[in-house]
Amino acid sequence: MFDAVWRNLPYLLAGYWVTVKLTFFALIGGITLGILVGLGRISKRKWIYYTVTFYVNLIRNIPLILVIFWFYFVMPIIVGRPMDPFPSAVISFIIFEATYFGEILRAGYQSVSRDLIQAAYSTGMTYWQTTRYILVPIAFRRMLPSMITQSIVTYQDTSLAFVIGLPELVRRTSIVDGLEVRSIQLFGFVAVVFFITCYLGSIVSRRFEVQKERGF
Amino acid sequence: MRLAYNFDWGVLWRAPYGVWLLQGIWLTIQLGLIAWIIALVLGVILGTMRIAPWPWVRRLATAYVEVFRNVPFLVQLFFWYFAGPMLFGQTLMFKINAISGLNYYVAIVGLGLYTASRVAEHVRAGFASIARDQFQAALSTGLTEIQMYRFVIIPYALRIIIPPLTTEFLTIFKNSSVAMTIGVAETTFMTYKIDSETFHGLEATTGAMVVYLLIGLGVVKLMGMIESRFRIAGLVGRK
Repeated sequence: MFDAVWRNLPYLLAGYWVTVKLTFFALIGGITLGILVGLGRISKRKWIYYTVTFYVNLIRNIPLILVIFWFYFVMPIIVGRPMDPFPSAVISFIIFEATYFGEILRAGYQSVSRDLIQAAYSTGMTYWQTTRYILVPIAFRRMLPSMITQSIVTYQDTSLAFVIGLPELVRRTSIVDGLEVRSIQLFGFVAVVFFITCYLGSIVSRRFEVQKERGF
Repeated sequence: MRLAYNFDWGVLWRAPYGVWLLQGIWLTIQLGLIAWIIALVLGVILGTMRIAPWPWVRRLATAYVEVFRNVPFLVQLFFWYFAGPMLFGQTLMFKINAISGLNYYVAIVGLGLYTASRVAEHVRAGFASIARDQFQAALSTGLTEIQMYRFVIIPYALRIIIPPLTTEFLTIFKNSSVAMTIGVAETTFMTYKIDSETFHGLEATTGAMVVYLLIGLGVVKLMGMIESRFRIAGLVGRK
Protein backbone atom coordinates (compact mmCIF):
# COMPACT_ATOMS: atom_id res chain seq x y z
CA MET A 1 0.00 0.00 0.00
CA PHE A 2 2.77 2.43 0.92
CA ASP A 3 5.50 0.69 -1.04
CA ALA A 4 6.64 3.75 -3.01
CA VAL A 5 6.75 5.87 0.15
CA TRP A 6 8.66 3.15 1.97
CA ARG A 7 11.24 2.71 -0.83
CA ASN A 8 11.99 6.44 -0.91
CA LEU A 9 11.59 7.17 2.78
CA PRO A 10 15.19 8.36 3.46
CA TYR A 11 14.98 10.75 0.51
CA LEU A 12 11.57 12.07 1.62
CA LEU A 13 12.65 12.42 5.25
CA ALA A 14 15.68 14.45 4.15
CA GLY A 15 13.16 16.70 2.40
CA TYR A 16 11.12 16.97 5.57
CA TRP A 17 14.27 18.05 7.40
CA VAL A 18 14.64 20.91 4.87
CA THR A 19 11.00 21.86 5.55
CA VAL A 20 11.65 21.88 9.31
CA LYS A 21 14.85 23.94 8.94
CA LEU A 22 13.14 26.46 6.70
CA THR A 23 10.22 26.73 9.16
CA PHE A 24 12.66 27.24 12.04
CA PHE A 25 14.61 30.05 10.38
CA ALA A 26 11.43 31.64 9.02
CA LEU A 27 9.91 31.71 12.53
CA ILE A 28 13.01 32.99 14.34
CA GLY A 29 13.58 35.69 11.74
CA GLY A 30 9.92 36.42 11.14
CA ILE A 31 9.08 36.91 14.82
CA THR A 32 12.22 39.00 15.47
CA LEU A 33 11.51 41.30 12.52
CA GLY A 34 7.83 41.09 13.45
CA ILE A 35 8.58 42.63 16.86
CA LEU A 36 10.22 45.58 15.08
CA VAL A 37 7.25 45.82 12.69
CA GLY A 38 4.82 45.75 15.62
CA LEU A 39 6.77 48.50 17.39
CA GLY A 40 6.87 50.52 14.17
CA ARG A 41 3.09 50.21 13.79
CA ILE A 42 2.51 51.75 17.25
CA SER A 43 5.28 54.31 16.88
CA LYS A 44 4.41 57.94 17.46
CA ARG A 45 7.08 59.05 15.01
CA LYS A 46 5.15 59.65 11.81
CA TRP A 47 7.87 58.64 9.36
CA ILE A 48 8.49 55.31 11.12
CA TYR A 49 4.76 54.60 11.31
CA TYR A 50 4.10 55.41 7.64
CA THR A 51 7.16 53.54 6.36
CA VAL A 52 6.31 50.38 8.32
CA THR A 53 2.59 50.63 7.47
CA PHE A 54 3.45 50.90 3.77
CA TYR A 55 5.68 47.83 4.01
CA VAL A 56 3.03 45.82 5.87
CA ASN A 57 0.18 46.74 3.51
CA LEU A 58 2.32 46.10 0.45
CA ILE A 59 3.49 42.63 1.48
CA ARG A 60 0.15 41.49 2.87
CA ASN A 61 -1.56 42.16 -0.46
CA ILE A 62 0.90 40.18 -2.56
CA PRO A 63 0.92 36.38 -2.99
CA LEU A 64 3.76 34.66 -1.12
CA ILE A 65 4.87 32.90 -4.31
CA LEU A 66 5.47 36.26 -5.93
CA VAL A 67 7.54 37.43 -2.93
CA ILE A 68 9.59 34.22 -3.15
CA PHE A 69 10.18 34.79 -6.87
CA TRP A 70 10.97 38.45 -6.40
CA PHE A 71 13.71 37.75 -3.87
CA TYR A 72 14.97 34.89 -5.98
CA PHE A 73 15.41 37.35 -8.86
CA VAL A 74 16.66 40.30 -6.82
CA MET A 75 19.17 38.56 -4.52
CA PRO A 76 21.68 37.65 -7.28
CA ILE A 77 21.68 41.30 -8.33
CA ILE A 78 22.43 42.47 -4.79
CA VAL A 79 24.95 39.75 -3.98
CA GLY A 80 26.49 39.73 -7.44
CA ARG A 81 26.35 35.99 -8.00
CA PRO A 82 23.69 33.28 -8.30
CA MET A 83 22.13 32.38 -4.96
CA ASP A 84 21.05 29.02 -3.54
CA PRO A 85 17.28 28.55 -3.14
CA PHE A 86 17.52 27.97 0.62
CA PRO A 87 18.94 31.34 1.81
CA SER A 88 16.78 33.07 -0.78
CA ALA A 89 13.68 31.28 0.56
CA VAL A 90 14.61 32.08 4.18
CA ILE A 91 14.91 35.79 3.36
CA SER A 92 11.58 35.92 1.52
CA PHE A 93 9.81 34.08 4.35
CA ILE A 94 11.25 36.40 7.00
CA ILE A 95 10.19 39.49 5.04
CA PHE A 96 6.73 38.00 4.38
CA GLU A 97 5.84 36.44 7.75
CA ALA A 98 7.18 39.42 9.74
CA THR A 99 4.25 41.52 8.48
CA TYR A 100 1.77 38.94 9.80
CA PHE A 101 3.54 38.50 13.14
CA GLY A 102 3.90 42.27 13.43
CA GLU A 103 0.15 42.77 13.08
CA ILE A 104 -0.57 40.08 15.70
CA LEU A 105 1.83 41.75 18.13
CA ARG A 106 0.31 45.17 17.49
CA ALA A 107 -3.22 43.84 18.04
CA GLY A 108 -2.08 42.14 21.26
CA TYR A 109 -0.55 45.36 22.54
CA GLN A 110 -3.60 47.43 21.63
CA SER A 111 -5.96 44.93 23.28
CA VAL A 112 -4.62 45.83 26.74
CA SER A 113 -6.92 48.50 28.07
CA ARG A 114 -5.46 51.94 28.84
CA ASP A 115 -7.28 51.91 32.19
CA LEU A 116 -5.25 48.93 33.29
CA ILE A 117 -2.01 50.75 32.47
CA GLN A 118 -3.26 53.86 34.31
CA ALA A 119 -4.15 51.69 37.30
CA ALA A 120 -0.65 50.20 37.31
CA TYR A 121 0.88 53.69 37.29
CA SER A 122 -1.40 54.79 40.09
CA THR A 123 -0.08 52.02 42.33
CA GLY A 124 3.32 53.65 41.96
CA MET A 125 4.78 51.34 39.34
CA THR A 126 7.34 52.83 36.98
CA TYR A 127 7.07 52.70 33.19
CA TRP A 128 9.37 49.67 32.98
CA GLN A 129 7.62 47.85 35.83
CA THR A 130 4.26 48.43 34.16
CA THR A 131 5.62 47.10 30.89
CA ARG A 132 7.37 44.16 32.53
CA TYR A 133 4.63 43.02 34.94
CA ILE A 134 1.36 44.24 33.40
CA LEU A 135 1.53 45.03 29.68
CA VAL A 136 3.78 42.25 28.37
CA PRO A 137 2.29 39.31 30.36
CA ILE A 138 -1.30 40.21 29.45
CA ALA A 139 -0.58 41.06 25.81
CA PHE A 140 1.52 37.91 25.47
CA ARG A 141 -1.23 35.67 26.80
CA ARG A 142 -3.74 37.24 24.44
CA MET A 143 -1.65 36.91 21.32
CA LEU A 144 -0.20 33.47 21.98
CA PRO A 145 -3.00 31.52 20.19
CA SER A 146 -2.69 33.71 17.08
CA MET A 147 1.10 33.41 17.19
CA ILE A 148 0.83 29.61 17.24
CA THR A 149 -1.74 29.64 14.42
CA GLN A 150 0.49 31.89 12.32
CA SER A 151 3.44 29.58 13.02
CA ILE A 152 1.40 26.67 11.67
CA VAL A 153 0.54 28.75 8.60
CA THR A 154 4.25 29.52 8.13
CA TYR A 155 5.04 25.82 8.36
CA GLN A 156 2.45 25.08 5.67
CA ASP A 157 3.67 28.01 3.56
CA THR A 158 7.20 26.59 3.36
CA SER A 159 5.82 24.15 0.77
CA LEU A 160 5.65 27.10 -1.64
CA ALA A 161 9.47 27.23 -1.77
CA PHE A 162 8.79 24.41 -4.23
CA VAL A 163 8.60 27.02 -6.98
CA ILE A 164 12.28 28.01 -6.78
CA GLY A 165 13.39 24.38 -6.71
CA LEU A 166 14.11 24.03 -3.01
CA PRO A 167 14.23 20.26 -2.38
CA GLU A 168 11.82 20.27 0.58
CA LEU A 169 9.19 17.62 1.28
CA VAL A 170 6.70 18.53 -1.46
CA ARG A 171 9.36 19.06 -4.14
CA ARG A 172 10.97 15.72 -3.34
CA THR A 173 7.60 14.00 -3.33
CA SER A 174 6.82 15.32 -6.80
CA ILE A 175 10.28 14.20 -7.98
CA VAL A 176 9.64 10.70 -6.57
CA ASP A 177 6.16 10.73 -8.11
CA GLY A 178 7.70 11.52 -11.49
CA LEU A 179 9.64 8.24 -11.27
CA GLU A 180 7.19 6.01 -9.44
CA VAL A 181 3.80 7.38 -10.58
CA ARG A 182 2.17 6.47 -7.27
CA SER A 183 0.44 9.81 -6.79
CA ILE A 184 -2.29 8.67 -4.39
CA GLN A 185 0.02 7.21 -1.77
CA LEU A 186 2.82 9.76 -2.24
CA PHE A 187 0.75 12.92 -2.04
CA GLY A 188 -1.52 11.19 0.47
CA PHE A 189 1.56 10.62 2.63
CA VAL A 190 2.59 14.29 2.46
CA ALA A 191 -0.97 15.34 3.27
CA VAL A 192 -1.05 13.02 6.30
CA VAL A 193 2.34 14.29 7.55
CA PHE A 194 1.15 17.90 7.34
CA PHE A 195 -2.28 17.09 8.72
CA ILE A 196 -0.99 15.34 11.85
CA THR A 197 1.63 17.97 12.68
CA CYS A 198 -0.69 20.92 12.02
CA TYR A 199 -3.59 19.32 13.87
CA LEU A 200 -1.43 18.78 16.96
CA GLY A 201 -0.35 22.42 16.69
CA SER A 202 -3.94 23.60 16.50
CA ILE A 203 -4.82 21.61 19.63
CA VAL A 204 -2.01 23.41 21.50
CA SER A 205 -3.28 26.72 20.14
CA ARG A 206 -6.82 25.95 21.33
CA ARG A 207 -5.59 25.15 24.85
CA PHE A 208 -4.03 28.59 25.10
CA GLU A 209 -7.24 30.05 23.65
CA VAL A 210 -9.14 28.65 26.67
CA GLN A 211 -6.52 30.04 29.05
CA LYS A 212 -6.80 33.42 27.35
CA GLU A 213 -10.52 33.55 28.00
CA ARG A 214 -9.98 32.80 31.66
CA GLY A 215 -7.49 35.63 32.12
CA PHE A 216 -8.62 39.22 31.80
CA MET B 1 28.68 46.58 -4.43
CA ARG B 2 28.07 46.97 -8.13
CA LEU B 3 24.69 46.58 -9.68
CA ALA B 4 25.49 44.59 -12.79
CA TYR B 5 21.95 44.66 -14.05
CA ASN B 6 20.29 46.59 -16.83
CA PHE B 7 16.66 47.16 -16.10
CA ASP B 8 14.36 46.53 -19.03
CA TRP B 9 10.84 47.48 -18.09
CA GLY B 10 9.80 46.93 -21.68
CA VAL B 11 9.12 43.26 -20.86
CA LEU B 12 5.90 44.45 -19.26
CA TRP B 13 4.35 45.63 -22.55
CA ARG B 14 6.56 44.57 -25.44
CA ALA B 15 5.07 41.85 -27.69
CA PRO B 16 4.48 39.08 -26.87
CA TYR B 17 5.15 39.59 -23.14
CA GLY B 18 2.54 42.28 -22.59
CA VAL B 19 -0.15 40.04 -24.07
CA TRP B 20 1.05 37.14 -21.90
CA LEU B 21 0.66 39.28 -18.80
CA LEU B 22 -2.83 40.38 -19.83
CA GLN B 23 -3.83 36.75 -20.48
CA GLY B 24 -2.41 35.86 -17.07
CA ILE B 25 -4.35 38.62 -15.34
CA TRP B 26 -7.57 37.49 -17.06
CA LEU B 27 -6.98 33.92 -15.81
CA THR B 28 -6.22 35.13 -12.27
CA ILE B 29 -9.54 37.01 -12.24
CA GLN B 30 -11.42 33.97 -13.58
CA LEU B 31 -9.83 31.61 -11.05
CA GLY B 32 -10.54 33.96 -8.15
CA LEU B 33 -14.15 34.72 -9.08
CA ILE B 34 -15.34 31.22 -9.99
CA ALA B 35 -13.56 29.60 -7.03
CA TRP B 36 -15.07 32.30 -4.79
CA ILE B 37 -18.59 31.29 -5.82
CA ILE B 38 -17.83 27.65 -4.96
CA ALA B 39 -16.21 28.66 -1.69
CA LEU B 40 -19.09 30.91 -0.68
CA VAL B 41 -21.87 28.38 -1.40
CA LEU B 42 -20.03 25.43 0.14
CA GLY B 43 -18.68 27.53 3.02
CA VAL B 44 -22.13 28.74 4.04
CA ILE B 45 -23.48 25.16 3.89
CA LEU B 46 -20.57 23.81 5.96
CA GLY B 47 -20.71 26.70 8.44
CA THR B 48 -24.43 26.09 8.96
CA MET B 49 -23.80 22.35 9.32
CA ARG B 50 -21.40 23.11 12.17
CA ILE B 51 -24.26 24.40 14.32
CA ALA B 52 -26.80 21.78 13.21
CA PRO B 53 -28.78 19.99 15.93
CA TRP B 54 -27.55 16.56 14.71
CA PRO B 55 -24.11 15.60 16.06
CA TRP B 56 -23.03 13.57 13.00
CA VAL B 57 -23.73 16.50 10.67
CA ARG B 58 -21.64 18.74 12.91
CA ARG B 59 -18.83 16.16 13.00
CA LEU B 60 -18.83 15.81 9.23
CA ALA B 61 -18.46 19.57 8.73
CA THR B 62 -15.80 19.79 11.45
CA ALA B 63 -13.82 16.98 9.83
CA TYR B 64 -13.97 18.78 6.46
CA VAL B 65 -12.73 22.03 7.95
CA GLU B 66 -9.91 20.36 9.90
CA VAL B 67 -8.65 18.38 6.92
CA PHE B 68 -8.68 21.31 4.50
CA ARG B 69 -7.14 23.75 6.96
CA ASN B 70 -4.34 21.49 8.13
CA VAL B 71 -2.95 20.48 4.75
CA PRO B 72 -1.03 23.08 2.70
CA PHE B 73 -2.99 24.27 -0.33
CA LEU B 74 -0.12 23.29 -2.65
CA VAL B 75 -0.32 19.68 -1.43
CA GLN B 76 -4.10 19.66 -1.89
CA LEU B 77 -3.71 20.94 -5.43
CA PHE B 78 -1.10 18.29 -6.27
CA PHE B 79 -3.28 15.62 -4.75
CA TRP B 80 -6.35 16.60 -6.80
CA TYR B 81 -4.36 17.04 -9.99
CA PHE B 82 -2.05 14.02 -9.90
CA ALA B 83 -3.84 11.57 -7.62
CA GLY B 84 -7.42 12.70 -8.24
CA PRO B 85 -7.89 11.02 -11.65
CA MET B 86 -6.32 7.79 -10.29
CA LEU B 87 -9.07 7.55 -7.69
CA PHE B 88 -11.55 6.75 -10.47
CA GLY B 89 -9.75 3.58 -11.65
CA GLN B 90 -7.73 2.82 -14.77
CA THR B 91 -10.24 3.33 -17.62
CA LEU B 92 -11.77 6.54 -16.32
CA MET B 93 -8.34 7.88 -15.38
CA PHE B 94 -7.19 8.01 -19.00
CA LYS B 95 -10.40 9.73 -20.03
CA ILE B 96 -10.06 12.32 -17.27
CA ASN B 97 -6.39 12.98 -18.02
CA ALA B 98 -7.31 13.52 -21.67
CA ILE B 99 -9.60 16.46 -20.82
CA SER B 100 -8.01 19.59 -22.23
CA GLY B 101 -7.49 22.32 -19.65
CA LEU B 102 -7.84 19.81 -16.81
CA ASN B 103 -5.38 21.80 -14.66
CA TYR B 104 -7.61 24.88 -15.00
CA TYR B 105 -10.68 23.05 -13.71
CA VAL B 106 -8.71 21.33 -10.94
CA ALA B 107 -7.28 24.69 -9.85
CA ILE B 108 -10.74 26.29 -9.66
CA VAL B 109 -12.36 23.41 -7.78
CA GLY B 110 -9.31 22.92 -5.52
CA LEU B 111 -9.17 26.60 -4.66
CA GLY B 112 -12.91 26.63 -4.03
CA LEU B 113 -12.84 23.57 -1.75
CA TYR B 114 -9.88 24.98 0.21
CA THR B 115 -11.37 28.45 0.66
CA ALA B 116 -14.74 26.93 1.62
CA SER B 117 -13.15 25.57 4.81
CA ARG B 118 -12.01 29.09 5.72
CA VAL B 119 -15.37 30.66 4.84
CA ALA B 120 -17.09 27.98 6.95
CA GLU B 121 -15.12 29.10 10.01
CA HIS B 122 -16.21 32.71 9.52
CA VAL B 123 -19.83 31.66 9.01
CA ARG B 124 -19.74 29.63 12.22
CA ALA B 125 -18.24 32.59 14.09
CA GLY B 126 -20.99 34.77 12.59
CA PHE B 127 -23.68 32.44 13.95
CA ALA B 128 -21.97 32.34 17.31
CA SER B 129 -22.14 36.13 17.52
CA ILE B 130 -25.94 36.20 17.09
CA ALA B 131 -27.72 36.44 20.43
CA ARG B 132 -29.89 33.49 21.55
CA ASP B 133 -32.84 35.88 21.85
CA GLN B 134 -32.78 36.37 18.10
CA PHE B 135 -33.44 32.66 17.55
CA GLN B 136 -36.28 32.62 20.05
CA ALA B 137 -37.77 35.82 18.66
CA ALA B 138 -37.79 34.30 15.17
CA LEU B 139 -39.48 31.12 16.41
CA SER B 140 -42.03 33.05 18.43
CA THR B 141 -43.27 34.82 15.28
CA GLY B 142 -44.37 31.38 14.04
CA LEU B 143 -41.46 30.61 11.72
CA THR B 144 -40.40 26.99 11.46
CA GLU B 145 -36.81 26.01 12.28
CA ILE B 146 -35.82 25.97 8.57
CA GLN B 147 -37.57 29.29 7.91
CA MET B 148 -35.81 30.81 10.90
CA TYR B 149 -32.42 29.97 9.40
CA ARG B 150 -33.44 30.88 5.86
CA PHE B 151 -35.03 34.26 6.59
CA VAL B 152 -33.48 35.47 9.85
CA ILE B 153 -30.28 33.82 11.00
CA ILE B 154 -28.39 33.26 7.73
CA PRO B 155 -29.06 36.71 6.22
CA TYR B 156 -28.08 38.25 9.56
CA ALA B 157 -24.90 36.19 9.95
CA LEU B 158 -23.82 36.85 6.36
CA ARG B 159 -23.93 40.59 6.97
CA ILE B 160 -21.95 40.32 10.18
CA ILE B 161 -19.18 38.40 8.44
CA ILE B 162 -18.75 40.71 5.44
CA PRO B 163 -15.47 42.19 6.79
CA PRO B 164 -13.75 38.79 7.36
CA LEU B 165 -15.14 37.59 4.03
CA THR B 166 -13.49 40.59 2.37
CA THR B 167 -10.17 39.27 3.68
CA GLU B 168 -10.94 35.81 2.31
CA PHE B 169 -11.93 37.26 -1.06
CA LEU B 170 -8.55 39.04 -1.17
CA THR B 171 -6.80 35.84 -0.13
CA ILE B 172 -8.42 33.77 -2.88
CA PHE B 173 -6.79 35.93 -5.57
CA LYS B 174 -3.45 35.65 -3.78
CA ASN B 175 -3.84 31.87 -3.40
CA SER B 176 -4.78 31.51 -7.07
CA SER B 177 -1.07 32.09 -7.78
CA VAL B 178 -0.40 28.58 -6.43
CA ALA B 179 -2.20 27.24 -9.53
CA MET B 180 0.96 28.00 -11.50
CA THR B 181 2.53 24.89 -9.96
CA ILE B 182 0.16 22.69 -11.97
CA GLY B 183 0.75 24.76 -15.08
CA VAL B 184 -2.22 27.14 -15.08
CA ALA B 185 -0.93 30.18 -16.97
CA GLU B 186 -2.13 32.87 -14.57
CA THR B 187 -0.28 36.08 -13.68
CA THR B 188 2.54 34.57 -11.59
CA PHE B 189 3.06 31.79 -14.13
CA MET B 190 3.43 34.38 -16.87
CA THR B 191 6.07 36.35 -14.93
CA TYR B 192 8.05 33.12 -14.59
CA LYS B 193 7.60 32.42 -18.30
CA ILE B 194 8.78 35.94 -19.16
CA ASP B 195 11.81 35.38 -16.92
CA SER B 196 12.75 32.15 -18.65
CA GLU B 197 12.61 33.90 -22.04
CA THR B 198 14.19 37.24 -21.20
CA PHE B 199 15.96 36.86 -17.80
CA HIS B 200 14.03 39.93 -16.72
CA GLY B 201 11.92 38.21 -14.07
CA LEU B 202 12.54 41.04 -11.62
CA GLU B 203 10.67 43.57 -13.76
CA ALA B 204 7.94 41.05 -14.55
CA THR B 205 7.36 40.09 -10.89
CA THR B 206 7.41 43.75 -9.86
CA GLY B 207 4.75 44.43 -12.49
CA ALA B 208 2.73 41.46 -11.22
CA MET B 209 2.89 42.89 -7.67
CA VAL B 210 1.20 46.04 -8.94
CA VAL B 211 -1.43 43.87 -10.65
CA TYR B 212 -2.23 42.03 -7.40
CA LEU B 213 -2.35 45.32 -5.49
CA LEU B 214 -4.85 46.71 -8.02
CA ILE B 215 -6.99 43.54 -7.82
CA GLY B 216 -6.88 43.90 -4.03
CA LEU B 217 -7.99 47.52 -4.23
CA GLY B 218 -10.83 46.51 -6.53
CA VAL B 219 -12.01 43.83 -4.11
CA VAL B 220 -11.90 46.21 -1.12
CA LYS B 221 -13.90 48.79 -3.11
CA LEU B 222 -16.49 46.22 -4.21
CA MET B 223 -16.90 44.72 -0.75
CA GLY B 224 -17.15 48.20 0.76
CA MET B 225 -20.08 48.90 -1.57
CA ILE B 226 -21.74 45.59 -0.68
CA GLU B 227 -21.21 46.28 3.00
CA SER B 228 -22.84 49.71 2.94
CA ARG B 229 -25.67 48.39 0.73
CA PHE B 230 -26.51 45.57 3.16
CA ARG B 231 -25.74 47.29 6.43
CA ILE B 232 -27.96 46.12 9.28
CA ALA B 233 -30.04 49.07 10.43
CA GLY B 234 -29.11 50.19 13.92
CA LEU B 235 -25.70 48.51 13.95
CA VAL B 236 -22.58 50.61 13.82
CA GLY B 237 -20.77 49.64 10.65
CA ARG B 238 -17.52 50.68 9.10
CA LYS B 239 -17.49 54.01 7.33
